[in-house]
Amino acid sequence: MTMEVDRVLDKYPQAGRDSLIPILQEVQEGEGFLSQNSIVRIGRHLGLSSAKIYGVATFYNQFRFEPQGQFHVQICRGTACHVRGSAGVLTALERALGLKAGETSQDGLFSLEVVACIGACGLAPVIAVNGEFHAAVTPETVKSIINDYRKQAREDDDEG
Amino acid sequence: MTKDEKRHCCEGCWEFADPKCPDLVKCLLFRPRGVVDTMARERVDSRVNALKRVDVSTPVIYVGAGTCGLGAGAAGTLEAVQEWIRVTGTKAQVIQVGCIGLCAEEPLLDVQLPGKARLSLRHVTRDKVVGYLDSVFANEIPAKGALMQFSGEGLENWPSVPTWQEHPFFAPQERIVLKNCGLVDPESIGEYIARGGYQALATTLTNLTRTELCTQVEKSGLRGRGGGGFPTGKKWRFALDTPADQKFLVCNADEGDPGAFMDRAVIEGDPHRLLEGMAIAAYAIGASKAYVYIRAEYPLAIARLNEAIKQAHSFGLLGENILDSGFNLHIIIKQGAGAFVCGEETALIASIEGKRGMPRPRPPYPAVQGLFGKPTVINNVETLSNLPEMFTMGVEAFAAMGTATSKGSKVFALSGKVCNTGLVEVRMGTTVRKIVEEIGGGVPDNRAFKAVQIGGPSGGCIPASHLDTVIDYESLKEVGAMMGSGGLVVMDEDNCMVDVARFFMDFIQKESCGKCIPCREGTRRMLEILNAITQGRRSEKGFSALHRFQGILQLEQLAKVIQDTSLCGLGQSAPNPVLSTLRWFREEYEEHIFNRHCASRVCKELLEYTIDPDACTGCTLCARKCPTEAIMGAKKSPHYVIQERCIGCGSCLEVCRAGAVRAQ
Amino acid sequence: MIDLMVNNRRVKGEPGEMLLSTLKRAGVHVPTLCHLEGLFPSGACRMCVVEVEGVSGLVPSCAYPVREGLTVFTHSTRAVQARKTIIELLLANHPDDCLYCNRNTHCDLQKLAADYNVRSRQYFGQRTSHNIDMSSPSIVRDPDKCILCGKCVRVCEEVQGVACIDFVGRGSKTTVGTAFEQGLNVSSCVNCGQCIMVCPTGALREHSHIKDVLAALDDPEKKVVVQHAPAISVTVGEELGLKPGTDAFGVLTAALRGMGFDRVFDTGFSADLTVIEEASELVHRIRNGGRLPMITSCSPGWVKFTEEFYPEFMGNISTCKSPQQMMGAIVKSYFAQQEGTEPANIYSVSIMPCVAKKFEASRPEMGSHGTPDVDAVLTTRELVQLLAMRGVDASKLRPERADTPFGDRSTAGKLFGATGGVMEAALRTAHFILTGEEWPKSRIQSLRGMAPRKEAQVKIGGTELGVVVVSGLMEARTLLEEIRQGRDDIHFIEVMTCPGGCIAGGGQPQHSDPEILKARMQALYAIDRDGDVRTAHSNRSVQRLYDEFLGEPLSPESHRLLHTHYVKRNVVL
Repeated sequence: MTMEVDRVLDKYPQAGRDSLIPILQEVQEGEGFLSQNSIVRIGRHLGLSSAKIYGVATFYNQFRFEPQGQFHVQICRGTACHVRGSAGVLTALERALGLKAGETSQDGLFSLEVVACIGACGLAPVIAVNGEFHAAVTPETVKSIINDYRKQAREDDDEG
Repeated sequence: MTKDEKRHCCEGCWEFADPKCPDLVKCLLFRPRGVVDTMARERVDSRVNALKRVDVSTPVIYVGAGTCGLGAGAAGTLEAVQEWIRVTGTKAQVIQVGCIGLCAEEPLLDVQLPGKARLSLRHVTRDKVVGYLDSVFANEIPAKGALMQFSGEGLENWPSVPTWQEHPFFAPQERIVLKNCGLVDPESIGEYIARGGYQALATTLTNLTRTELCTQVEKSGLRGRGGGGFPTGKKWRFALDTPADQKFLVCNADEGDPGAFMDRAVIEGDPHRLLEGMAIAAYAIGASKAYVYIRAEYPLAIARLNEAIKQAHSFGLLGENILDSGFNLHIIIKQGAGAFVCGEETALIASIEGKRGMPRPRPPYPAVQGLFGKPTVINNVETLSNLPEMFTMGVEAFAAMGTATSKGSKVFALSGKVCNTGLVEVRMGTTVRKIVEEIGGGVPDNRAFKAVQIGGPSGGCIPASHLDTVIDYESLKEVGAMMGSGGLVVMDEDNCMVDVARFFMDFIQKESCGKCIPCREGTRRMLEILNAITQGRRSEKGFSALHRFQGILQLEQLAKVIQDTSLCGLGQSAPNPVLSTLRWFREEYEEHIFNRHCASRVCKELLEYTIDPDACTGCTLCARKCPTEAIMGAKKSPHYVIQERCIGCGSCLEVCRAGAVRAQ
Repeated sequence: MIDLMVNNRRVKGEPGEMLLSTLKRAGVHVPTLCHLEGLFPSGACRMCVVEVEGVSGLVPSCAYPVREGLTVFTHSTRAVQARKTIIELLLANHPDDCLYCNRNTHCDLQKLAADYNVRSRQYFGQRTSHNIDMSSPSIVRDPDKCILCGKCVRVCEEVQGVACIDFVGRGSKTTVGTAFEQGLNVSSCVNCGQCIMVCPTGALREHSHIKDVLAALDDPEKKVVVQHAPAISVTVGEELGLKPGTDAFGVLTAALRGMGFDRVFDTGFSADLTVIEEASELVHRIRNGGRLPMITSCSPGWVKFTEEFYPEFMGNISTCKSPQQMMGAIVKSYFAQQEGTEPANIYSVSIMPCVAKKFEASRPEMGSHGTPDVDAVLTTRELVQLLAMRGVDASKLRPERADTPFGDRSTAGKLFGATGGVMEAALRTAHFILTGEEWPKSRIQSLRGMAPRKEAQVKIGGTELGVVVVSGLMEARTLLEEIRQGRDDIHFIEVMTCPGGCIAGGGQPQHSDPEILKARMQALYAIDRDGDVRTAHSNRSVQRLYDEFLGEPLSPESHRLLHTHYVKRNVVL
């Protein structure tokens, strides 16, 4: 785990504070989230206190401090999606996954996140699972979408 | 070039041939500058035409693979197309294009056969690909599949298919920013140049001084398209007139308004237009370094931009000594990390500097003291993307478009309860009605129009009575709305305006940076009041009712203070949706507050569930499902709901097979 | 000068200044909550908003540069209503327990609510709720009372260069906290308490030890002795109705004695002791090629700062304990012997203008056999609280003298309360040690005053010494970096953690008036000017202590009791 942080930091020798956010983004991309260890190391590298690093990271929606699920579900909370009933889709998702937004399931299979407008407003309501879009989702179709992923996970398990 | 240096330009000059002809770019932009030879000139011209795909020798299949296209299934379409080509052994080029704007008909697939007009097909999901392509390549139009065609000189039209100019969605539009979107290959700088791209940059660099350029833009009347509406030329001049050893241009591609995707479409569909605009702006203010601050949620746009920057560098249109003018420009991409407030100028600057995206007091204004303390001009993607075409058509022609105070065109993201959702670009001065009814095709399913929200969380709604308001910065403000970045969300009778206000306030509360008290605490309390109005009918106690009544007054008082004292535009405009809905839909508020009733049945907690005794079959399904045992009734007898026990979950409505449960 | 109209009155402004400064000078009072003099305006609280003709919204006067012809209305209905609403919004998210709060009667938010006639609760929604952090021996954080003005964050970062706290989260979920919201004790906090000094509410306060002291006073088995720092007597008078800058030493002694302390000692005595040990150490280093520059060690915030951020300078810091700790050591040894009391039965209290002293007293090096040399440290604020509880009426008390054997001090020891004071005191004695003669001048003017850095070249006999005095840790950091880069013309450095020295320490009464700070400083200088015994080495009582007990400066006994060592700290966060 340490190596990933160091690998990223090596790409930013003598970096200034303006490299902080790109570094955080790259570290999270590599490790899946920002650990205490990463934050401390980044702080040391940039000559900034950990409190500063943590303060910056917690400001932005993008940064996670806990690992995500195998399938990361994002639901768009944009206006168009709302106007077309995304609130009901969110409730259905929470029920189907047994999660509240921002949480990861116990078995590590799913995590749920409410995101700002994905930008596919013509196809509202939209959800994305690991980046794959599903358009015009309704509370009724949520269950089958999730079950497809559960099935996929089981199949991956069987293979692996 | 002298006669002795006559050159026959080789066909390879348009690709990235190594070594490239040193006069390549100048040749393209100032053509036919060096091309003395008639034969060579003809070759260049035919090359240009080939790049523009005026006519093609090999069939071309275009797939609309912007993010919204992908959301509609364009990835599957693309795969199916490639499969079809492989299976049938057809020789055809496949180009992924950006969003042409008619998102409601996506996935879009165009076919251009040699000698024929480019035919655009609609709703081409994966399963339809084989059938449609078989038809078209057999010169037949697939039934119900044709959307429109792009006719051209010397090309044969497809029978009974409207042209692009005739299609009701596109006919009223005037596309300056979206000129190329959906038509061109966004990954081809050659095509962009062939279509006249980078000409404006070349001309301004050669013929105008920086201060002359600022004057031209001031004359054009171009105003910030991100929402602020500040005169662009004026902003440039502040930066130009501030002496400094380094200046910055920042392109604001954060596009945080929920429901806005104009900037994304431009970057995905025509990235070089933005780069050219940035170069012109950077030259005007004297910046040698530029940043594009783009949302991390736009990975395709980021990829396209990276590619376009690389291409521009290799063509000498970015980097050192651009077009021998002595002007240098390096563009760096910075990804946002998810904070709507970072669309605000000083917060954006803080974010680039690696800090929490919290705004700073102004003065000093960024144009004088901005990023890293240097003069910085921050322009929106759309503002910058106006520049190339503006110079091509001429600033006078641009200024002749629009109204007295708002010139040129505006791109809108039309969404919500409207038939033709998508991106539209109309000249300033167009009525809202035209956009909603003519271009948008009105409200679907025979529902009644109620309002259209303009400007996202900073904007307001326009009711049916004011649909003839024109698109103009000042006119929109007068009716309590705002141009904003261009999000236009249509609402019908099934939308609750109080809920809409609550939705936006919730968004603002979540995105508020928290620095200043009026926004952080004020919008929080406003949200609580709106929540009290739209929720909690059953769990309410006496005291809460009093608060609810106080609510409307407090909303207005709080709104005033928040507008007056917030540190930044986010806070200052946060009360707009509430004030606007209060102005035009006060009865809805009063109904929620005093009658505890939501006519559009959106506010679930205000619904009253009853069972129609005539329709009820007595199957007892609902009684068994009810979590609070609030439904009574004997088997085969009509059931009824005990209101005091009902928590409004709606399970009974879900399970009733006889349609006897009513929610009012 | 710029002409503008304020409330229909003509007022003069200086070019480049903010409207708030102009208003202040003109005697127009506009409230602020997030304003920090000397730092760039934050613009966060919006309390200072005023109406400016021609501007549509209200304008924050702290961040609005004055212009010719401005027309300003500071207390129009609109402006007043805006401020009142902001206060109400703050109160809506604030605990309702003024009566139980340590800032009751002297809280900025309370005063604003009173001034703006807030008479009813307006908003009844959620209140953010967090855990109290009592992990630090010096500072208690109570985030429920935080109004997110950001002053603590700015002071910690921009003035002290520590940055152990920052805003965490966003919007109304924001709090001020350490990385990963751990306790302050595992962060890089140096306990200086400057954050407490700028906090407008009770969100930051010292870790209180009043209860422990009261319990000891009640304990018949315990002999309770108290010492108080030089800065205390020139400060506490303000809270007893005396003019700022009055030396209330005698009255304070009487009050403490009246409260039941068995002995009242003067930290000025041990300051003299510190001077002698430290000057001897300096001379020793100079003569024997020891590590230079030598840096003072009496400011525990500074010591922890070095241990965390600049451990390579630990060898430069004097091994002398601070006056507080030296006093504690001799109380539990020499005094205990004299009294025939077991050290464990002596409860040693100190009253300090400092919260870092609470941390210092708890350091394992500052005690022996499991018994701390100083059992409890009270801040000036706690002293004031205690005096109020015990109904002390200063006007009725007759001044008394401090107790022997630790009650006499020279004026050099008294100077410790101001930045530059330790340096002056030490130089007077170093001069004597090196040349056998007294320092010729009555004072070193270039080392006096509130400037964050003061430098001087002093000639002692044939030797030229470079000396630097800094206060505020950011200033100290800058100096250390200079030395890291190769600066080598300095022999002796005095570092005070708090800008201005102990008179502006983290334990002093909270206020923001620089005039009062100046008055305290002037009081110390006046004492120095008018005193008879002006050098530490002339202090007879201190001489007796050496003769009877310690032997001589830097002796093995002195080393054992009066010197210490430092610990490299790997700060986890």
